[in-house]
Amino acid sequence: MTKTVLLIEDEQNIVEAVRFILSRDGWDVRTHANGLDAFDAVRRRNPDVVILDVMLPGRSGFDILQDIREDETVGNVPVLMLSARGRKEDIETAKRSGANLYLTKPFSNEEVLNAVRDLVTE
Amino acid sequence: MATLNALAVFCLLYVALLFCVAFIADRTARRGQGKWLSSPIIYTLSLSIYCTAWTFYGAVGFAASSGLEFLTIYLGPTLIIIGWWWTLRKLVIVGRTNRITSIADLISSRYGKSNLLAVFVTLMAVVGTTPYIALQLQSVTFSIAAFAEADASGDGLPNQQIIAFWVTAGLVVFTILFGTRNLEANARHYGVVMAIALEAVVKLIALLAVGIFAVWGLAGGIDSTLAKINESAISDWEVSGGRWIGLTLLSAMAFICLPRMFQVMVVENENEGHLRTASWAFPLYLMLISLFVVPIAVIGLDPIYGGGRDPDLFVLTLPLENGREGLAILAFLGGFSSATSMVIVAAIALSTMVSNHIVMPVWLWATGGSAIMAGDVRRVILVARRISILVILFLGYLYFRMSGGGAALAAIGLISFVGVAQFMPSLVGGLFWRGGNRTGAIAGLAAGFALWAYCLFLPSFGASSIMPQSVIERGLFDILWLRPQALFITEGMEPVMHAFMWSLSFNILFYVIFSIAGFPTPVERLQSGQFVNALWQSQVPGNWTGGLAQSEDLLLMSQRVLGSEDARAIFQNAAKEQGGEYLPAPTPDFLLKLERVLSGSVGAATANAMISQIVVGAGVSVRDLMAVADETAQIMEYSSRLVIKTEEQERTARQLREVNDKLTRLSVQKDAFLSQISHELRTPMTSIRAFSEILKNPCDISPDKREKFASIIYEEATRLTRLLDELLDLSVLENAHAVVNLSEGRLSELLDRAVNTVASEGDGFKITRNPENEKIDLDTDLDRLVQVFINLISNARKYCDAKTPELEIKVARMNGMLEVDFSDNGSGIPLESQDLIFEKFSRIGEARAGGAGLGLAISREIMTRLGGSLVYLPWSEGTVFRVSLPLEAEIAG
Repeated sequence: MTKTVLLIEDEQNIVEAVRFILSRDGWDVRTHANGLDAFDAVRRRNPDVVILDVMLPGRSGFDILQDIREDETVGNVPVLMLSARGRKEDIETAKRSGANLYLTKPFSNEEVLNAVRDLVTE
Repeated sequence: MATLNALAVFCLLYVALLFCVAFIADRTARRGQGKWLSSPIIYTLSLSIYCTAWTFYGAVGFAASSGLEFLTIYLGPTLIIIGWWWTLRKLVIVGRTNRITSIADLISSRYGKSNLLAVFVTLMAVVGTTPYIALQLQSVTFSIAAFAEADASGDGLPNQQIIAFWVTAGLVVFTILFGTRNLEANARHYGVVMAIALEAVVKLIALLAVGIFAVWGLAGGIDSTLAKINESAISDWEVSGGRWIGLTLLSAMAFICLPRMFQVMVVENENEGHLRTASWAFPLYLMLISLFVVPIAVIGLDPIYGGGRDPDLFVLTLPLENGREGLAILAFLGGFSSATSMVIVAAIALSTMVSNHIVMPVWLWATGGSAIMAGDVRRVILVARRISILVILFLGYLYFRMSGGGAALAAIGLISFVGVAQFMPSLVGGLFWRGGNRTGAIAGLAAGFALWAYCLFLPSFGASSIMPQSVIERGLFDILWLRPQALFITEGMEPVMHAFMWSLSFNILFYVIFSIAGFPTPVERLQSGQFVNALWQSQVPGNWTGGLAQSEDLLLMSQRVLGSEDARAIFQNAAKEQGGEYLPAPTPDFLLKLERVLSGSVGAATANAMISQIVVGAGVSVRDLMAVADETAQIMEYSSRLVIKTEEQERTARQLREVNDKLTRLSVQKDAFLSQISHELRTPMTSIRAFSEILKNPCDISPDKREKFASIIYEEATRLTRLLDELLDLSVLENAHAVVNLSEGRLSELLDRAVNTVASEGDGFKITRNPENEKIDLDTDLDRLVQVFINLISNARKYCDAKTPELEIKVARMNGMLEVDFSDNGSGIPLESQDLIFEKFSRIGEARAGGAGLGLAISREIMTRLGGSLVYLPWSEGTVFRVSLPLEAEIAG
């Protein structure tokens, strides 16, 4: 059974690229571009992996992550965070908020692919 | 009684004349016109109060009994004023700079402003002067009696003691009226000085007249007078060298130390230069007044001229017995002048001492210092002085009665001389020896004064009156070497010389020993330096420090002492000097000056006590203050500097905090900005990287997908380039030194350029213009202005959400400004976003139009640079941006 990935990202071109890479690897890729109702999307889709951008219109990725981790049904979903901010403290903040993996833009296609695979097998 | 009546009339007229002179002199001085009042001649004449009734009558008696020995009384002062003028000058300078009011004030002031010493010297001066005053009473009484005796009517001789009583009473009234009419702050009595100068002239003329009458009217010329002198016993009297030296020394000391001499010589002195005149004029006066002493004595002793039994009254009895009543009255007035001038000045001097050094301190102590400001100090001082005069003169009267009125005038005078000579060691030592201190002064004065009283003063009342006969004969407690007139078995000495030698020897010895053994207080050390170095050192280090609130108290106190006008004048002057207006700050300088002025009225010790009561508070002694004064001054200066420093530091800290806050804000903004840039750069880079990686392995990608991915890469690369361009643009604009390239151009052409640039990018976008209004020539940075126009037009093209988007460009002039409005027909910018549109990286809505969100920020920055502005007009329909530019940028014509 194909695994589902929910990609929450507002930059259309990046969505296009990631979707292409993961789809080619056999993943069911769903996308969401808005921060405001991103958490609802997670609950509705209940994906196997969430790829979450930090700088989203309407709501920060960290806040969304916090909501996810506090939720009973989707609280354990593995989350891969994507961010343009690559400083150490940003990564720390992401880890503390409950992110399983963290990738700094620009990332390589293989990094994303490996990260998603790793998160599912764990 | 005719003669006696005439005498009374002349006497009253003379006194009235003296009053007039004194009154006029006082008034002239107060109007400030009395320059002639302080002439050196008047100063010299006032010194002649040295010549009292003793000189006038007694010198003749002295000559009659002891030959030329009477000359020693004149020799001493002559030697002093000629040979020791520099000491007198120093004394006068010290007296004036310290506002010294009396010899007691001087000694107390020198030895640490010690009130104990002042009281001591005052009492000694009063006791020492009492015989002298008695002497004057006696001479006036005797001269009146002589007149009465010569009076033919013989209505019964008036009792001498009754005469003396009334003379005393008269002198009390006279002195009070003269000396205490007002309390002058500078303690100078112009009226009195003027009156005694007049009296000096009168007594000289009288004595000369009697002498001329005796020589030419009685003896028949100079030759026969000289012959008589050679015949008489006077020429045969042996001259004892030791006694001569002793008497000269004694009179020299008395000349300086007699309270009345100190009064006229130092206190009333206005200019030390007067001493130069006095140094020749005063000896001349003495010579003139002693010129006829011997002839009068010799002629009086000759029974054929009927001079009478008493040589002390020859001056009066010679004319009287020879029927020259007019001359006799003149002689009487001369003697009267001598007596009154001495009594007045002595009483003024002594009453000043008593009121300043005894009454005031007691009063201050009794009222606990509160009266300094509550009561009228002037009244207290005046009353104290008047009562002092009364007491002093009646002490003289008492002495006159107790001594029986029989002793020779010269002998009584010498008793006084020895008494006041006791001040000499402390006075001279104080002026020249810094080592002399309070303990030494008290010890020396006490020893000298005790011996004087024991050896000379008490025995002078006569055997058995005060001192038992047994003590005089066998010594105190029957110890032979304690006999008052043969101390330490010095048999056979004349009592005056005996007492003089022993009292002064012990005085000097004790002064030196106790000075060396004792330790000076800080005030003493300060004062000693000031006195000893008076000629070289005019600036005195201040020894007061006061708080600000005390100035008012000081003014109140000074008004009580000096009178409100004088006090206010002093305070206002001081305030002006300090640069203030009403009250001066109680700086050490000011307090020192005030203390000096006050001491002119109440004496140094009292002035010091009054000020310290206010400035320091009664609980702290001046000595305590002095001990810590230096340290305190340093600490105060240090702490005041610290306060200033602390304030500076606080100010600096505040500024630093402000700068820090600003920097923190800027830092936060910078972080946010950098994070934004990072995001803006990384986002297209992510796309480019991802798609280029996909395209690297093109085998499983359809050609149309490949094409799409390639165009995305191109799009994102373009976006990156634009972003970098804008960032560079912004950083250039935000640099304060950004160059503005001014050039001339027409507005219509600039708009054409902008419209063409944007239009070339697409189509279906209608732009409306009014070319008529655009004919405006500008002198500005044309490229930058075009950049703004392009940004606004392309924004409209990108964001206008109308179905058929239109942009209207309207040009207008308003209030000296060029206004170019860019309005589209879209729905406008939502209210909540209007604040944000000019922020960097702000993009409205979700729609991405490829911009980095820097366009409006850059445009606004440009307009600010060009001196204009870029605003969003919120009240319009659609989106309207207005570019404003000052019309200075328009070229005239």
